[in-house]
Amino acid sequence: MTVHNLYIFDRNGSCLYYNEWNRKKQAGISKDEEFKLMYGMLFSIRSFVSKMSPLDMKEGFLSFQTSKYRLHYYETPSGLRFVMNTDLSVPNARETLQHIYSNLYVEYIVKNPVCVLGQSLDSELFSSRLDAYIRALPYYSPRAA
Amino acid sequence: KIKKNRWVKKKKKSHNILLTLTGLWPGCTLLFWLWSNPKGYNIGVRLIEDFLARSSIGRCQDFRETADVIAKVAFKMYLGVTPSVTNWSPAGDEFSLILENNPLVDFVELPDNHSTLVYSNLLCGVLRGALEMVQMAVDVKFSQDTLRGDNVTEIRMKFIKRIEENLPAGDDSQHITCTHLCTL
Repeated sequence: MTVHNLYIFDRNGSCLYYNEWNRKKQAGISKDEEFKLMYGMLFSIRSFVSKMSPLDMKEGFLSFQTSKYRLHYYETPSGLRFVMNTDLSVPNARETLQHIYSNLYVEYIVKNPVCVLGQSLDSELFSSRLDAYIRALPYYSPRAA
Repeated sequence: KIKKNRWVKKKKKSHNILLTLTGLWPGCTLLFWLWSNPKGYNIGVRLIEDFLARSSIGRCQDFRETADVIAKVAFKMYLGVTPSVTNWSPAGDEFSLILENNPLVDFVELPDNHSTLVYSNLLCGVLRGALEMVQMAVDVKFSQDTLRGDNVTEIRMKFIKRIEENLPAGDDSQHITCTHLCTL
């Protein structure tokens, strides 16, 4: 049971934060390209999902899974996007991502007048609290299942 | 001379109220003294995140729902008052928020040489900035103000347009997505 990595994007597509805990394989492209690819994919999949939905949709895209990992997605109405990759034992990380938004991002970044919104988050307090929170999750362990 | 002293005294009292209101925003206390729209805007763009985090409210379906959320949830949460939502335009794109009492001005009196000052203009900036972060461009202004002699305080809000989300400028992310997917 583990968390592999986490991305935070803002409404303009810039990656504000990225960290990894348990990533065995890299994408083979530069980090900048990886962030653009991730954001572009999410943008495409969200509009695809809403276009092709056979019913009226409320939340939209939530997650996808492969044979090895699951990608969880949470977006706030203000356009902030949280993306977390975990292994398959985690069915739903929505609450986790909501907690990261409400209790970590809003508390340590938004409420900090020194932190400029829209730029890379460089608050050490935020990083360390986030790291502690991830490691304390019930489904986290240093080794993948 | 006496008038000047009275103004200073009132300023101190309202400072206390504002400090209470801004308890969670250490750097922003000073901003309340710079009562202009741009400053309110800067507060608004951050306030919306706090609001979304604490209220867990999702996207509103239309402008009417937005008006209700602003009046019943947001104003209540931050200023402790619930304005009434009235005077809808026939097109449904404009409404008024009527406040019997504006908590920002409870202890404030405008001196004679500033009798036309829109003291609470800050609120307009806050609303405008907050709504812009949730994809709505609005125009907000005070049409009545108790501080300037009217019976009630009336804030008029007009929906201008929905702000569409854009892909980042420069490299086309969708293009990169397709290209990479094709080479896998």
